[in-house]
Amino acid sequence: MLDYDKLISDRAARMRPSGIRRFFDLVAEMPECISLGVGEPDFQTPWDIRDAAINSLETGRTKYTANAGLKELRTEICAWLKRKYGIEYTENETLVTVGGSEAIDLAIRALVGPGDEVIIPEPCFVCYDPITTLTGGVPVPVATNEENEFRVTAEQIKAAITPKTKVLVLGYPNNPTGAVLRHEDLEAIAEVLRGTDIIVLSDEIYSELRYGETHESIASFEGMKERTIVVNGFSKTFSMTGWRLGYAVGPRPIIAAMTKIHQSCIMSAPTTSQYAAISALKDCEDDVEYMRKQYDLRRQYCVRKLNEMGLHTFEPKGAFYVFPNITSSGMTSDEFCEALLQKKHVAIIPGNAFGACGEGYARISYAYSIDHLREAMKRIREFLEEIRGE
Amino acid sequence: MDKMKLLDLLSEMPRATVSDLADILGEEEADVEAAKNSLEERKIICGYHTVINWDKTNVDHVDAFIGVSAKPERDRGYDKIAERIARFPEVSSLYLTSGTSEFLLSINAKTMREVADFVGEKLAPLEGVASTVTMFVLKKYKVNGVTMEIKAEVEDDRLPVSA
Repeated sequence: MLDYDKLISDRAARMRPSGIRRFFDLVAEMPECISLGVGEPDFQTPWDIRDAAINSLETGRTKYTANAGLKELRTEICAWLKRKYGIEYTENETLVTVGGSEAIDLAIRALVGPGDEVIIPEPCFVCYDPITTLTGGVPVPVATNEENEFRVTAEQIKAAITPKTKVLVLGYPNNPTGAVLRHEDLEAIAEVLRGTDIIVLSDEIYSELRYGETHESIASFEGMKERTIVVNGFSKTFSMTGWRLGYAVGPRPIIAAMTKIHQSCIMSAPTTSQYAAISALKDCEDDVEYMRKQYDLRRQYCVRKLNEMGLHTFEPKGAFYVFPNITSSGMTSDEFCEALLQKKHVAIIPGNAFGACGEGYARISYAYSIDHLREAMKRIREFLEEIRGE
Repeated sequence: MDKMKLLDLLSEMPRATVSDLADILGEEEADVEAAKNSLEERKIICGYHTVINWDKTNVDHVDAFIGVSAKPERDRGYDKIAERIARFPEVSSLYLTSGTSEFLLSINAKTMREVADFVGEKLAPLEGVASTVTMFVLKKYKVNGVTMEIKAEVEDDRLPVSA
């Protein structure tokens, strides 16, 4: 019998397992539960986009595209980024990928080698750390906190920088906290980085899900475009998670290196999805606005309800998550979420699944209908009343 | 309170009670009630309608669209004739349109005969009506934003937990 554990490469074995995996298994055993655990929109992909995909199939667009993606799509991506955030890129500074996730993978693999350090503000999306480990790099977590609304500060970044620092990950608007960075936060961070060799991996996948102010990309700050890779995609903005389509824009030599890796392991992103994405960028402004409005209503509802029931919850200004502080329950994040699941059949994700500093919190997704959220909030309130003996 | 927010919510959830609306918006029930009443009184909210697919019942039901060519009147334009047409209870919608005929109306009746009688005895003889074109509805695919007889979309097939 082969000893498979010995066969798995050391780096693969050391990758941090996804913190949500264990919880996923628990929930899978309880199909009747009300979940608030998803990281994807509930809306159907707008019909214009689906129609464009169908048309591409009817007209026989079924072959590989250029490795970097359809030129027409890259042109539209550049136009969209300029229109939205005032950042200017050309087609050959743009790479179309299989979701934002692939773009993150490629960026880290193109830049990070053994011993190189990657600064990762936490809590955050679960892939930065394991991909860094896979390259032999060293993840350097930086803990953000509720007092500062989970915004990483320039001082924290400065303190984490060493001669080995290669990449700084900025994932804002943030999953799981919903935090955003304000203009002055970005400017202060830019000031720390200007004059260094550190590259910012700016994961802006939730950029269109901002409530109140509009999103700013760190690439738009003076001196930052040359040291920033912007990752974005279609999953969250256009409700296209299953289409698996994202992109990266950045300095041409880095995009070229990323394209080289992409060429070897992916070839090109799905052709049907690329044709659909052209329509998304051109025709779907109103759909995005509609979805944002719906999320905003739910966001305000959840923040209010959670605070009313005694779970302190800061008001997130982005994405579709709220991140309540559950310490008043006297439980850990894991205990709280498991007990809520067992007793009330409501699934939320322990905050520590997104980094150690998420302990004491839980991620609640509001990518659900308001009726679904109302039922879930009612059950969470009952749960709290029961554990407090009210 | 923000009346636009209330309108948005009511357009999504027309059946929500005042207490539901107050809960969702974080407002007092009395305030929501007052705002809703004011929107109704000012005819900003003009009604709450139920979309029924009569084809799925045993009830006799025929719908038709009728194009009506008409002459405008001095000083009152098309308003007077429109008013006369609109008052018939059989007429469910009436529009003044550009194109080949002046008016387009929709009519709900029990039988084709009833539609024919309405056109022949009430609509066509009206002073000012020059001619009519009747189009019977054979099958409905979408009514007031609600699709019918079209492949249903999946409800929610997302994984219950994802990053």
